[in-house]
Amino acid sequence: MGREYIDGSTAIVRGALDAGCTFFAGYPITPASSILMAMMRELPKVGGIAIQGEDEIASIGMCIGATLAGARAMTATSGPGISLYSENIGLAVMGEVPLVIVDVQRLGPATGGATTVSQGDVQFVRWGTAGGFPVIALAPSTVTESYWLTAKAFDLAERFRCPVFLLTDKELATTLTTVDAAAYPPVEVRARETGAGGAPYRYEPSDDVPPLHEFGRGAAVRFTGSTHDTGGYITKNLQTVDALNRHLSDKIEGHRDEIELVDADLEEGAVTLVLGFGVTGGAVRAAVAAARRGGAQVSGLVVHSLWPVPETAITRAMAGVRRVVVPELNLGLYRREIERLAGGREVVGVNRIDGELIDPAAIVEVLA
Amino acid sequence: MTVDVTPLHRYRNETPYPFCPGCGHGSILDKLGEALASLEIDPSGVVIVSDIGCAGLSDQYFDTSAFHGLHGRSITYATGIKLARPELTVIVIMGDGGTGIGGAHLINAARRNVGITVLVFNNLNFGMTGGQHSTTTPDGAVTSTTPGGNLEHPLDICGTVGVNGAGYVYRGTSFDADLPDRIAEAIRHPGFALLDVWELCTAYFVPANKFTRRDLDATIDRLGLSTGVLSSREVADYGTAYRAAFDATAGRTAPVLIPTTHASDLAAPVAIVVAGSAGTKVRSAARMVGEAAIRSGLWATQRDDYPVTVKTGHSLSEVVLSPSSITPGSAGVPGVALVLSEDGLHKVRSTLQSMGPETVVFTIPAFAGLETGARVEVIDPAAADTRIPKAQLALVLLAAMVSRLGLFPVEALREAAAAGAFSVENLAAIDAGVAL
Repeated sequence: MGREYIDGSTAIVRGALDAGCTFFAGYPITPASSILMAMMRELPKVGGIAIQGEDEIASIGMCIGATLAGARAMTATSGPGISLYSENIGLAVMGEVPLVIVDVQRLGPATGGATTVSQGDVQFVRWGTAGGFPVIALAPSTVTESYWLTAKAFDLAERFRCPVFLLTDKELATTLTTVDAAAYPPVEVRARETGAGGAPYRYEPSDDVPPLHEFGRGAAVRFTGSTHDTGGYITKNLQTVDALNRHLSDKIEGHRDEIELVDADLEEGAVTLVLGFGVTGGAVRAAVAAARRGGAQVSGLVVHSLWPVPETAITRAMAGVRRVVVPELNLGLYRREIERLAGGREVVGVNRIDGELIDPAAIVEVLA
Repeated sequence: MTVDVTPLHRYRNETPYPFCPGCGHGSILDKLGEALASLEIDPSGVVIVSDIGCAGLSDQYFDTSAFHGLHGRSITYATGIKLARPELTVIVIMGDGGTGIGGAHLINAARRNVGITVLVFNNLNFGMTGGQHSTTTPDGAVTSTTPGGNLEHPLDICGTVGVNGAGYVYRGTSFDADLPDRIAEAIRHPGFALLDVWELCTAYFVPANKFTRRDLDATIDRLGLSTGVLSSREVADYGTAYRAAFDATAGRTAPVLIPTTHASDLAAPVAIVVAGSAGTKVRSAARMVGEAAIRSGLWATQRDDYPVTVKTGHSLSEVVLSPSSITPGSAGVPGVALVLSEDGLHKVRSTLQSMGPETVVFTIPAFAGLETGARVEVIDPAAADTRIPKAQLALVLLAAMVSRLGLFPVEALREAAAAGAFSVENLAAIDAGVAL
């Protein structure tokens, strides 16, 4: 079949198209622009629509509108843009809108380093809109993972009717990598469950996800970002408000097992676990291999589903180990989630915020 | 067989409006209802996209479909809905507040000419949040945030969208008897249509300014603004133009597969850093080396570093060649470095110093004295048979590197060059590099 020389952005675009993406809106921003350009080029050729918004707010807004009109939508941005997405992330949560949001992380804050890698948005995607309700975030660590996790993001967006983030970064999105054409796993993305007529929302049972009522399917549909009853009318009824808000949380929190995705390389009798995500996952794998060659007993865990935190898989990986090493390109943002689960184990960070990647040797040093 | 058809003329539902006595909102909504009834569109195919503020409550009093989103963003949602489903009738209801916070969207929707109808309920202030001044508050007017009189010039909504391409533009007041006809006209218009409807806010603006119905007209006159249909021209809407511009059955770009045509006896991964200047084809030359390595059965990655500028500053490519599969990551101290320019040297100076005697640096005579522990191989482009353009220096040195270090067959590099753009120039550069 041959091999490809391909970057993560291209794999994301391919994953989205294979997942049935029909709408894309975005605004130029380094290092996410290549996704916008590829979508502008490719989507119309398969009958979809891609548009460059006047800003990031318009872009994500168009995606939300298009989704309610039957599209499967994706948008992509980076630091300053994901900051502007904030209010509409909330609208997608409240209105239960399936939506894939790609965040190609660059060094922040503010304009930061446009062409510089970072993993500084890992908490932002989880808490980046008012209200504190859960979202889903996936993080690839290779090109093939960029492909299938993008498709998985579309699948989970439909399953849970919520925004799903794909958290990547400048290096993963732009580094050319050799990939065997046969190495892309087949992806299955569920069909959208739609409904027409009657109430467009449902809060009982609270973890149940109602079918999406799309516009123009023969019955009037009410969609709202205000606190609403099941009919989509604004309400302050205490019971209804409580039921809606618990539902928005329970539908995700109650189904963590369907979302948990990790790449575990566990060793019997390991005393140390190295846990990472995204581009740092490559360094985790390399460091674990090097440490084992040096005789160390060590396990590795690359987290694919960052949010909700895959607590079952992490707890299982930590069983028996005395120490957890968490390398990341920030000052320990995801480490705090691990500390929460560590049960007294020592949790050590390997952190870098100068815009360069973590050398596997720096992790091996901590393992010694 | 006969089919019972439900009459399609019911748009307003039974719920009474929540607006203050004397507020213009109810009157405009009644007229919207009349317009819709005259058009007889299926109510489920009408989407009222409501903004925020008192006007934002409007969708609840219609049996049409409704989208109630965030303040100022209504036009963006409407754009997405219309683009995805062009057969839907999409009507935005926003207040004057929305023209401020969503001003960029308003201008760009007009310019883009998406087929939506925007109905501005312009009551000259923020009526829901306490009577603060808005973009359309007339100069001198008293509001809760302009106690000494408004110092800002009011926004000419119609003029703004008009000069920026809106196909249908109307200004009037909530008292206009022909408003239902104008709304129906705007909805029928294929492109972007806007109606700026001035009205009274009896909760705040009227008492604060002793403002009357007559003052509405007088203010419009004083500001030199026109009323009535200000623009009406037929232009294809964006969605129609978009669909006409593309072949929806063209199919996606196929992946470019690189065949394995040669072999390499490289035993361990090697990292090659190419340090040059932006605009001198550093990245494309480095990519050619990666493709050639793949043709030789190796696995390659290429990580680039560059400033935000395009054709100035440094351009660094880090190519890793490996006999086995590799993923993006840090390559550590490189085994080979190519120094092509001052910009590049500046970026890799400390890297060069950390390189040991088992590593090698390729450079040009200008940097022959660079500080490094590596073996330095100086290549003089001036010694070539033909003049080497600056933009080919990277490929010349890379070809020399491939040839001297025997990383993979030079023929694979020639194949990679022949398969890409600018093949004649690139093949010449490769030959020059090998000869040097």
